[in-house]
Amino acid sequence: MAVFELKEALPPPARSAGATGWIRANLLSSPLNIALTLLGAYLILTFLPPLLDWAIFSADFTGETQDACVSGGACWTFITNRLPFFTYGFYPEPERWRVNIGFLLLAAVMIPQFIEKIPGKQWIGLFGLTGLPILVAILLSGGIFGLESVPTDKWGGLMLTLVLAFVGIVGALPIGVVLALGRRSQMPIVRIVCTTFIELWRGVPLISVLFMASVMLPLFLPEGVSFDKLLRALIGITMFQSAYMAEVIRGGLQAIPRGQYEAASALGLGYWRSMGLIILPQALKLVIPGIVNTFISLFKDTTLVLIIGLFDILQTVNSSIVDPSWNNVATEGYVFAAFSFWVFCFSMSRYSQALERKLHTGHKR
Amino acid sequence: MSETVTEDEIRSHHDHLGHEVGRDVVIQIEQMNKWYGDFHVLRDVDLTVHRGERIVICGPSGSGKSTTIRCINRLEEHQQGRILVDGVELNNDVKNIEAIRREVGMVFQHFNLFPHLTVLENCVLAPIWVRKEPRKEAEERAMQLLERVKIPDQAKKYPGQLSGGQQQRVAIARSLCMQPKIMLFDEPTSALDPEMIKEVLDTMVTLAEEGMTMLCVTHEMGFAKTVADRVIFMDRGQIVEENEPHAFFNTPQNERTKLFLSQILAH
Ligand SMILES: Nc1ncnc2c1ncn2[C@@H]1O[C@H](COP(=O)(O)OP(=O)(O)OP(=O)(O)O)[C@@H](O)[C@H]1O
Ligand SMILES: [Mg+2]
Repeated sequence: MAVFELKEALPPPARSAGATGWIRANLLSSPLNIALTLLGAYLILTFLPPLLDWAIFSADFTGETQDACVSGGACWTFITNRLPFFTYGFYPEPERWRVNIGFLLLAAVMIPQFIEKIPGKQWIGLFGLTGLPILVAILLSGGIFGLESVPTDKWGGLMLTLVLAFVGIVGALPIGVVLALGRRSQMPIVRIVCTTFIELWRGVPLISVLFMASVMLPLFLPEGVSFDKLLRALIGITMFQSAYMAEVIRGGLQAIPRGQYEAASALGLGYWRSMGLIILPQALKLVIPGIVNTFISLFKDTTLVLIIGLFDILQTVNSSIVDPSWNNVATEGYVFAAFSFWVFCFSMSRYSQALERKLHTGHKR
Repeated sequence: MSETVTEDEIRSHHDHLGHEVGRDVVIQIEQMNKWYGDFHVLRDVDLTVHRGERIVICGPSGSGKSTTIRCINRLEEHQQGRILVDGVELNNDVKNIEAIRREVGMVFQHFNLFPHLTVLENCVLAPIWVRKEPRKEAEERAMQLLERVKIPDQAKKYPGQLSGGQQQRVAIARSLCMQPKIMLFDEPTSALDPEMIKEVLDTMVTLAEEGMTMLCVTHEMGFAKTVADRVIFMDRGQIVEENEPHAFFNTPQNERTKLFLSQILAH
């Protein structure tokens, strides 16, 4: 009879493949792969040099007017000159420090979320979702604490885009959660109300929501009562997105096995505690990709406020490129606008991926 | 039914199995009836359980074993009859349901641990939120219980990182953290490999030795023979035979029981 000794645990083998190994395995593993690699290289070599040349090597960055743009590449002078307008819109110049503080506060809340191991980062995040919006709203609109009042029709540019997106995101998530729970409620009235709400808002285009908020709503309000156009847009966007959010979250709720509800009940947890401690944390984690998808589309949909006369960043660019003192700067303008959106949306996407990794526990099923 | 762990094996490890059953009634089920739509799942079920009593429920698949014990903590609602748990009647009064669920622990076939929480967090969640215990106290007791189910070193891990047997023992510890008076087990070992069945059964036998009132739906014959005070046989939603284990296994009365037992023996 053979007797086997239990073997010692050994460290895993080092990665065997070096750079050449990687290239061989990933780029040249089969004839088709070789052909695709060659095609890719050809496309990069054809398109990248002229693009870089236009955007960087023969581009102009300095100067005050169109005349500074002589080298034939991109005229970034236009962007650098108009940057204050793209950032603040018509916000009065002497008051722009308030907007800057707002940006700083936002950064102070957001940046810790990207860094691992910052003590109390969830409290910073919680402040970002509750205290921050109120603080910034007071700061930007003024009228109290000796701050000069700045009406919202002066707000614009990147600042307005961020206000719309931030309020939309912070509002849509909790309302979406409530609607999703309501739609799955045992109580018929709650279920009907939530379902109707979701289906109504989801069934109309955002553009018509905004249009109704700005044109029709005043008709129904009594004479003399007016309420802020930006506020109306914010409510419209939040309601619209929360209907989408509700369906995303409902998908997550449906994916939670019945056993989880039963275990929570058997331990004596009531409805709200089961939901808050057991079901929602799991359901929300499952649908992070869907939630972020909704956030990203919300962010980009804020551009639609142009139809009710609000000047978001895209609209400030739009109105600047028709300025007669600048010619042929449309490309630069739109590239800048697109790049600004991309930076924010891409950050959201990266953040969500980091969050998914962090919340991942145990084995995937 | 099967016998992953034999009677002798259990007896050799546990010498305090013999015990006195209390006189006071902790669960009283009278004429319980339940329907799923038109389907009459439970028919006139009567059951009285005394303090410290261990009851094993067996029977063919679909006979209503799970449904019966799930009615005891209101995971399923019964439509006729009365259920009293520790003197509290189970009805639509949420207060009563909450009171009963605090006293009754349950262990499921598929463990149903909360995958987003660590083992320790799984254990302290209900004591903190339902019993309003201070976290420190709850954690200390959870650690003691994890030691008792022999996995204190896994406290910081997530359920997904444990074996099935370890998960089920965590589930038992989680229930015990609520300091229940009664424990319900719904086929706690049917999703496990033999090696793991042993670990879990061992934990359950220890619990029985300590005098816990237990209702177990299980197909583990060795466990039923050694631990049970009474074995209940269900068929088509009815209790058709009820006896102490020795008589139940050696001289079954009902035809259905005889057939069921002979099928196991032939197995
Ligand atoms: N939610 C439900 N809706 C309709 N019928 C159900 C439902 N749950 C169970 N049943 C039926 O009720 C009967 C009893 O189910 P139960 O789960 O109590 O059986 P069981 O004795 O535990 O069986 P098993 O040994 O397979 O677990 C079965 O016929 C089952 O099909
Ligand atoms: Mg069952």
